[in-house]
Amino acid sequence: MSAVRGASRPGGLAPVIRRIGVVNSRLTALLLLLVLVFGVVLGNALFNGASIRSMAYQLPELGILSLAMMVPLLSGGLDLSIISTANLVALTVAFLFHALVPHQPGVLWIVMQLVAILAGLALACVIGLVNGLIIARLEVSPILTTLGAMTLVKGISIGLTHGNVVTGFPATMVFIGNGAIAGVPLVMLIFIAVAAVMSVILNHTSFGHLVTMVGSNEEATRYSGVHTKRTLVKVYIASSLLAGIGGLIMMARFNSANAAYGESYLLITILAAVLGGISPSGGFGKVTGLVIALVILQLISTAFNLMNFSQFLTLTIWGGTLIAVAGLGRIRERLRFLQRFN
Amino acid sequence: MRSGLRAFARTHEARLLAVTVLLFVFLSFATRNFFSIQNGLDLLTSYAFPGMLAAGLVVVIVAGGLDISFTAVASIAQFLAVSAIGRYDLGWAGLCGIAIGSGLLLGLLNAILVTWLRIASIIVTIAMLNVYYGLLMFLSHGNSINTLPGWYIDGLSWVIGADAHGNPYILNMQILGLGLSFLLTWLLLNRTTTGRQLRALGGNPEAAKRVGFSTLRLNMVAYGYMGFTAGLASIVEAQVAGSVVPNMLVGRELDVLAAVVLGGASLLGGIGSVSGTFIGLALLAMVHNGLILLGVSSFWIDCVTGFVFLTAVATIAWERRRQRAAIRRTIVAAA
Amino acid sequence: MARFLELRNISKRFGGVQALKSVDLDIEAGEVHCLAGENGCGKSTLIKIIAGVHPPDPGGTILIDGEEQSGLTPAESLRRGIQVIYQDLSLFPNMTVAENIAIEHQRGVRLLRWGPVQRIARSAMQQIGVSLDLDRHVSDLSIAERQLVAICRASANEARLVIMDEPTASLTRREVDALLHLTLELKRRSVAVVFVSHRLDEVLEIAERVTVLQNGEKRGTFDARDMTSRRLGELMTGRSFEHHVMDPLGAPTPPVLSVRGLSRSGDYEDISLSVREGEILGITGRLGSGRTELALSLFGMHRPDRGEILVAGRPVTLHSNREAIEHGIAYLSEDRLSLGLVMEQPIAANVAVTVIDRLLGRLGLVAADARQDLVRHWIGELGIKIGSPDDAVSTLSGGNQQRVGLAKWLATGPKLLILDSPTVGVDVGAKDGIYRIVRRLAEAGLAVILISDEIPEVFYNSHRVLVMREGRITGEFEPHRCEEAVLQEAVDA
Repeated sequence: MSAVRGASRPGGLAPVIRRIGVVNSRLTALLLLLVLVFGVVLGNALFNGASIRSMAYQLPELGILSLAMMVPLLSGGLDLSIISTANLVALTVAFLFHALVPHQPGVLWIVMQLVAILAGLALACVIGLVNGLIIARLEVSPILTTLGAMTLVKGISIGLTHGNVVTGFPATMVFIGNGAIAGVPLVMLIFIAVAAVMSVILNHTSFGHLVTMVGSNEEATRYSGVHTKRTLVKVYIASSLLAGIGGLIMMARFNSANAAYGESYLLITILAAVLGGISPSGGFGKVTGLVIALVILQLISTAFNLMNFSQFLTLTIWGGTLIAVAGLGRIRERLRFLQRFN
Repeated sequence: MRSGLRAFARTHEARLLAVTVLLFVFLSFATRNFFSIQNGLDLLTSYAFPGMLAAGLVVVIVAGGLDISFTAVASIAQFLAVSAIGRYDLGWAGLCGIAIGSGLLLGLLNAILVTWLRIASIIVTIAMLNVYYGLLMFLSHGNSINTLPGWYIDGLSWVIGADAHGNPYILNMQILGLGLSFLLTWLLLNRTTTGRQLRALGGNPEAAKRVGFSTLRLNMVAYGYMGFTAGLASIVEAQVAGSVVPNMLVGRELDVLAAVVLGGASLLGGIGSVSGTFIGLALLAMVHNGLILLGVSSFWIDCVTGFVFLTAVATIAWERRRQRAAIRRTIVAAA
Repeated sequence: MARFLELRNISKRFGGVQALKSVDLDIEAGEVHCLAGENGCGKSTLIKIIAGVHPPDPGGTILIDGEEQSGLTPAESLRRGIQVIYQDLSLFPNMTVAENIAIEHQRGVRLLRWGPVQRIARSAMQQIGVSLDLDRHVSDLSIAERQLVAICRASANEARLVIMDEPTASLTRREVDALLHLTLELKRRSVAVVFVSHRLDEVLEIAERVTVLQNGEKRGTFDARDMTSRRLGELMTGRSFEHHVMDPLGAPTPPVLSVRGLSRSGDYEDISLSVREGEILGITGRLGSGRTELALSLFGMHRPDRGEILVAGRPVTLHSNREAIEHGIAYLSEDRLSLGLVMEQPIAANVAVTVIDRLLGRLGLVAADARQDLVRHWIGELGIKIGSPDDAVSTLSGGNQQRVGLAKWLATGPKLLILDSPTVGVDVGAKDGIYRIVRRLAEAGLAVILISDEIPEVFYNSHRVLVMREGRITGEFEPHRCEEAVLQEAVDA
């Protein structure tokens, strides 16, 4: 509706809005507003190399985990097991580092690290496969399946490590976590690459087209001859795989692995995705929207940090932003409704 | 009466009860300490907090909603109430009044937002969890309150008997609170017209509106009651913990949800019972307690719990598929 | 007779749509009144205004027992004795029969007493002479039983006016007769009954007066005795139709699909049929006759227990609808809103969904231009009126939505097209457009199975018509050799 209304307005912003979508233009406007406000309040304290670089180091963890949450949300589901999957992958890779990787750098040193990482990601795929099969074949609701998987997977991590922190990784991990190429943090480059790949997958592959159809109406999509169960299984594999990559990023950033890292991220990823315009009931959403939402959240967090506000106040503002955005949407709706009678 | 019994045997609660009884019998024989009044009282005491929250959450779920924010609500309630009694001489009435009152208010706020924003209640309450929790941590600077008034530390308790060695059995606030919450939920859901209206809202929101039941008012009852129980639960939790730690409770919301769902409540709304919730809670508690008594390393308990939960939800989904299919058929046929 | 309800100058606008335009309506105590009109003529909106769900636009007045009602709410409407039985029945599947019937009793805030609940339910059932187990959950009841619960609920509350929205759509003839009997029972107790229906014959059997709506305007109120179903049809559609049956197929063509002795227990028994290239085979029968279930088996979605399906003369086993599509079979569901199309998603996505894997280009990505060409082609070919291919399907009219449904199946290049009630919720003019498309497709050699419970639809648009009842084929008719009434009789028998 709004796209059409925008289009009817002559000139101005209308073509731009149509080009990038209503949700993304609103998010961009919010982002610009925040940049303006924080720019006036904080000025150079926020917009200098060091602050921007620190944001670029912090954003990727939550970013990749949010992508892991986004895919099942698009399909009309949810994945609560992403954080525990991330941690189990990190622990597995850490264990394999200790078991396989020789102390001396060399060909074997590199090969074995790759083997360890691939094995970790393969494990993520297995978790996703199990989630997907339970959701698609047994038709258990995604919330419950992944809630159970979350407890189970975390339980395995705790059982194996007794809750201890695992450290002592090859220098590669330190470089991934803290290194930069041409001034851009490596984790940021990884995030950009992953987001770009996900954007292509969701916008330009048949899988991506079908995920949104399934997300809006699984039955109707099945009646169209689509193997919806297979699509759902792929959704949860993709989610777990992304969670696994998120786990590796966390591992590199903290230079350690643990069964309970990043648990507070779980609900935040849902919040970020919904703020980024991913419909909680499925079917609609773009990677670009999510990325803008993540930048907004990160900007608020860093600015509050610089203003010496508690990091926890950031949580309040994050939650409040979502409520406010939803509330503004409702107010617009009501106004449009009232206009009809005048 | 007999047909009623047979109907009961087909319900989810009955099957869950059978599993729970089997587990109970097994643990009674397999371990030395499980089958004792003392262990029972200990279990009730340690599960009072999640249990009371489950008693509140089942009301929200029956009404077709979902609340994730109740741990933050409980944290705020106990922080406010305990801060107040540390400064002024308010006694039990003041403590309960402030905790329950603040829980109720935050619950009502949730209800208004969920009704008015018209987006999924899980999303609204996740956002509100962060709002509440962030505010609490900001205002309290994350500091715990470690000194509680003596009368509160002592709590309320009654000796209700003793074992062979003369060790007393104690009925404490936690067990009373747990009993009270379940009793109130039962009264609300099964013995008031409001309870039936909540169930109607969860079963078919559009039809409930057509009958003239107000969605806002019923949501205020459901989420308000959730806030009320969160306030009540926060008092007994702080008493047993002997302190108020602002970040102690947040993070446990999904455990409570697990107990309610295990008890047969459907996230689609309209279905859920007090007895089922209690049995679901008892099953989780017994799995946990039994594993420890059986000598299983406590590090593996989450793993087993997760497995039990997954098996249970898969079974429930399997059973419910037929019911849902029946409902869908009517809707499709009528449309 | 006293006037119970008077509506004066009722209008209602939803956004850009004028749903009702200055409608007047009187309902007298104890009369049986029929509200007739095409889908989308404003019947449902009018009912919701009477029930207090929607307020009328300023200028309209509602009088109950001669008293003007300002700001009628659902609760007030119920209190004044107006009961609506909606098409979806508005029951609570998670509650028992007794609770559903006595739901009104559970208003307010007080302790619940089960005694009155049971008593109200029992007396309501006695009054209209039905018996159901009070403690069963509504989710366990059949559709006809649920309908009875809804009627009991309406009569439990000292109703003065019962409005039934399409009450017969899902009932068998016997159940319809029972319902008509119930209506007379309500009338005897001087309860007014308003039937909303598009099944004209049933309505004329029982109604005393008929009010016809067309495009939100009232065409008039008529005495039912002077009314024929043909005249009513003309009033509803606003024009008279000259129908022509189809000429018989010329030269013999090879069969596309044959079925021998197909059975699926509980759904259909011993079905044998065959459809040829260029032939339109009509299948009619009431809901529950097994017509849709048979179609789903031909489309590979419900496995038959026994029997053979032959495609182009070769026996096939269809494990899923994907295999059916590979064999050139396409199926347009009767339930367009929830099974036929993904309403919230763009038109382009809906057209392309069946063939998305055929549109892959470089690197296995969906070729945007190939997709665009496909969508453009079918929009042009079927004359679909749209704003942009990126608009949601839900923004289209019923007729255009159904054309999108046709487009997505024609894109697969089918040899057999199964259309299940293709004109439900489509305006008359748009119906004709769809019939023309279907005839053109058949002329080009496509085999079509046209399933419908609207007898004229299959009679005037098929080469042959099969009648199904209780899961069996009970008759075969060729429209160019018989009368429409003969077919009607065969369905009602």
